[in-house]
Amino acid sequence: MCLAVPGKILSLSDRDGTLMSLVDFGGIQKDVCLQYIPDAVIGEYVVVHVGFAIQRLDEESAKRTLAEFEHLGVLNEEFGDGFEIAAKQAGVPVPGSTATTEVKS
Amino acid sequence: MKYLDEFSDPDLAGKLVDQIRAATTRRWAIMEVCGGQTHSIIRHGIDQLLPDEIEMIHGPGCPVCVTPLEMIDKALEIASRPDVIFCSFGDMLRVPGSEKDLFRIKSEGGDIRVVYSPLDALTIARENPDRQVVFFGIGFETTAPANAMTVYQAKRLGVKNFSLLVSHVLVPPAIAAIMESPTCRVQAFLAAGHVCCVMGTEEYPELTEKYQIPIVVTGFEPLDILEGIRRTVIQLESGRHELENAYPRAVTAEGNKAARAMLEDVFEVTDRAWRGIGMIPQSGWRLSPAYRDYDAEHRFSVTGVHTAESDICRSGEVLQGMIKPHECAAFGKECTPRKPLGATMVSSEGACAAYYLYRRLEVTHA
Repeated sequence: MCLAVPGKILSLSDRDGTLMSLVDFGGIQKDVCLQYIPDAVIGEYVVVHVGFAIQRLDEESAKRTLAEFEHLGVLNEEFGDGFEIAAKQAGVPVPGSTATTEVKS
Repeated sequence: MKYLDEFSDPDLAGKLVDQIRAATTRRWAIMEVCGGQTHSIIRHGIDQLLPDEIEMIHGPGCPVCVTPLEMIDKALEIASRPDVIFCSFGDMLRVPGSEKDLFRIKSEGGDIRVVYSPLDALTIARENPDRQVVFFGIGFETTAPANAMTVYQAKRLGVKNFSLLVSHVLVPPAIAAIMESPTCRVQAFLAAGHVCCVMGTEEYPELTEKYQIPIVVTGFEPLDILEGIRRTVIQLESGRHELENAYPRAVTAEGNKAARAMLEDVFEVTDRAWRGIGMIPQSGWRLSPAYRDYDAEHRFSVTGVHTAESDICRSGEVLQGMIKPHECAAFGKECTPRKPLGATMVSSEGACAAYYLYRRLEVTHA
């Protein structure tokens, strides 16, 4: 949550008057709000924090950071399923999954 | 130097370490404010690469860790209500409240959803007009622009069943509080790069001047941190106390102006209690009067919250840099990431979790 990840803008769109974009983070794609970098263009790299672009970044720095994050497994923590990550950490099944009934917490 | 080969550029890392070593003539204590930096320092053993004279003190910059217990308990109470869909970042799921956590509420039938962006919570609200949708808006200046925009959009689009449970905290007042503490040992700070992406660096010269401390803005990657430490040590050794931006590829002096304007509109500064630390004056944001209708604390009058922290957890001292995680008797025994007593053992940005993940064998056999 508290990590900003660089990504590349693939497309732009208007959603209910809000400037949105599809951003690629080393293969993972997410909807990202561009209201804070409104003049960004397709192909540019931006630093994204919880679905909001907050700064531009040059391509070389962005690629280096992404490679580093991928190597460290940080991308999964940022974009993975929150319940699965928490369940794994707690050593219990995901609440609501079929296995939950067998576990007394 | 067993860690150097794990750096993306081991040669550069080695050079930076050599320069830090060459510059160091006496003992210095440097605090990294940001939990992401703490994680990186422990994971890569940066503190062990440094000369013995340089001590890294881990700061309170993990938003998950410092969200006050009372706010966690309020979140749990609201999330338990049958008419509520409670949305949160995944990091908050296992943060212990007085009795339970959000993960437990979910297993008891609460409708809790993890979202990537707070805008996703707004979408859920529009898709469920007969339910109350609450987003747990925590974090430093980094997540605040996202939460501010979401409340702004809720108001603009008239999404009346959306509200924000706000517990935002700010970095500069925390630096001031640490420096004002009578037990403070910190002589310089690494400031959090991504906070400065948003806010710029204009708030910091006042702090370097008032407390006569160097503050160096840097990033989260190991090489960024080493470069930040190198510049900090050079300032300390030469008796300077200035703001330096060691992260210029992402940080400008003015930050993101559009985001700052939105923050100014949607939030106002307020006193805020920090878990494990206590009240820090003017250290947080709450919704400004124009957006008060979207404040979950106003919408759901939560009363009768009786907070109870663990008797043995020393996370408050860890957060203030007074002890290292393994100096707590419960570390790795009663308290593990699987059964955390304090929030610092839950979050990947918490110092206790980082020590447990990467240092447990060394510190418990030392």
